[in-house]
Amino acid sequence: MAIEVNKCVGCGDCVVACQTENNVPMGYSRDWIIELARGEYPNLFMHFESRRCNHCEDTPCVRTCPTGASHVIEGGIVKVTHDECIGCGACIEACPYEARYFHPDGYVDKCTFCDHRVADGLDPACVSVCPTTCMHFGDLDDPDSEISQLIKSRENYTLIPEAGTAPQIYYLK
Amino acid sequence: MEELFQTARDIHGLYPHVHIWGWPIATYLFLGGLAAGILLFATLYYLKGKENDMPFTVKIAPIFTFIIIVIGLLLLVYDLHHKLYVWQLFTTFRIESPMSWGAWTLVAVSILSLLWPLSYVDDIEKYLYERGWKKLDFITKFIRNLEHNWLIPRFIILTFRKYRTFFAWILLFLSIILGIYTGILLSAFNAHPLWNNPILGPLFLTSGVSTGSAFVMWLSNNKKERKLMSTIDMALIAMELFFIIHMIMGMQAGPEAFKQAAHLFLGGEFTVIFWVIFVGFGLVLPFILEAFELKGFHVPPALPALLVLIGGFIFRVIMVYAGQMSEYPF
Repeated sequence: MAIEVNKCVGCGDCVVACQTENNVPMGYSRDWIIELARGEYPNLFMHFESRRCNHCEDTPCVRTCPTGASHVIEGGIVKVTHDECIGCGACIEACPYEARYFHPDGYVDKCTFCDHRVADGLDPACVSVCPTTCMHFGDLDDPDSEISQLIKSRENYTLIPEAGTAPQIYYLK
Repeated sequence: MEELFQTARDIHGLYPHVHIWGWPIATYLFLGGLAAGILLFATLYYLKGKENDMPFTVKIAPIFTFIIIVIGLLLLVYDLHHKLYVWQLFTTFRIESPMSWGAWTLVAVSILSLLWPLSYVDDIEKYLYERGWKKLDFITKFIRNLEHNWLIPRFIILTFRKYRTFFAWILLFLSIILGIYTGILLSAFNAHPLWNNPILGPLFLTSGVSTGSAFVMWLSNNKKERKLMSTIDMALIAMELFFIIHMIMGMQAGPEAFKQAAHLFLGGEFTVIFWVIFVGFGLVLPFILEAFELKGFHVPPALPALLVLIGGFIFRVIMVYAGQMSEYPF
């Protein structure tokens, strides 16, 4: 996934779309917005980022999961099998992005990149509702895909690369 | 100036920093280390042929380990959020996940640590009678009842007694794994720089063995045994101090996130409790008391022992709470 931070206005539509699409319980969310204010008055700068699980290539959550409930499906999406999860919290502690939480039913829940929609050839709910079309979703393994070209052609950054997780969400400057 | 706001999300236990593990995990880590320490001494001195010279270490102290481990296990299950699925732990063995092989180790240790004192039931009875602790003979009576009613088949205990040396080696190995696992469990989380250092495994093992020796020192009434444990404990405390300095120096020499982790103990929130309560009262003071005792001064043996035990517990609490506050800024 790639997100153009200069286009993002922080409206929160992605958050609401996700909650609706995935039946996320009240008070919880799988994605969220951060607002970063930087500088001294009057030279202030504001910046928004829509954040969620980075579906890392090197997944500390899958590594530390004692039952194998956390796993990576074909295509690279990180998922949790609810019936195998014991709710120990190891993956929550392992994630540097705070992308996981305890569902009120006990198991650990997180962003799935709407894999049920992706399987049907659709974009994740958050991407498809974005009013500024700042989010792009696609296959990073295919060097000719729109998203691979976008990341190649634009200056970008990932979150906490120093944690060694090889995150798969690219923020385009 | 930089200011970060988080909007559209306010989940309990995630902000302002991850806080999902609390006192049950800290207590469990302490109990696991304590049980590992007691069993390490019991099996080690059994294998050295000191069975009758050190009756408390080899025969009596392991009675407590099964109870300690069961309390630890109950705390672990209590802390799970999806409790009914706990059996899923035992459908796989994942070497990458310390929690997975730790859970298997814990089960193996708990079974062996139950059989160990059961195989010594005659000796335990003798020990209790010799010391006039007749009130405690309900323990041996209970064990004999279990055997009598075939709840624990007699041949298992007889087999264990016959191959005790073999099981002692296994239990010695497993107790080291158990002691070191409580540290590796935390160091596997690279999201928390304070935990993510390789010295944590040896440090937790040393601290666990130290609490084990303190436990024997506290409850044994054999002077020779107490003196030996006191000497061993002094060496362990010295090692712990060395590891702690090593850990903090390592973090200070690391990247920004690790420096911030070290800052929690060097001027940050945990400075006083770490240096004064844990290092001061939990390591240095008992070390001095033990040194005085060896020099011939009269020191009640329970005092340094309890200080070490309380210090060991506080150390786990500090590491669990401070570790979760130590994060990569983003």
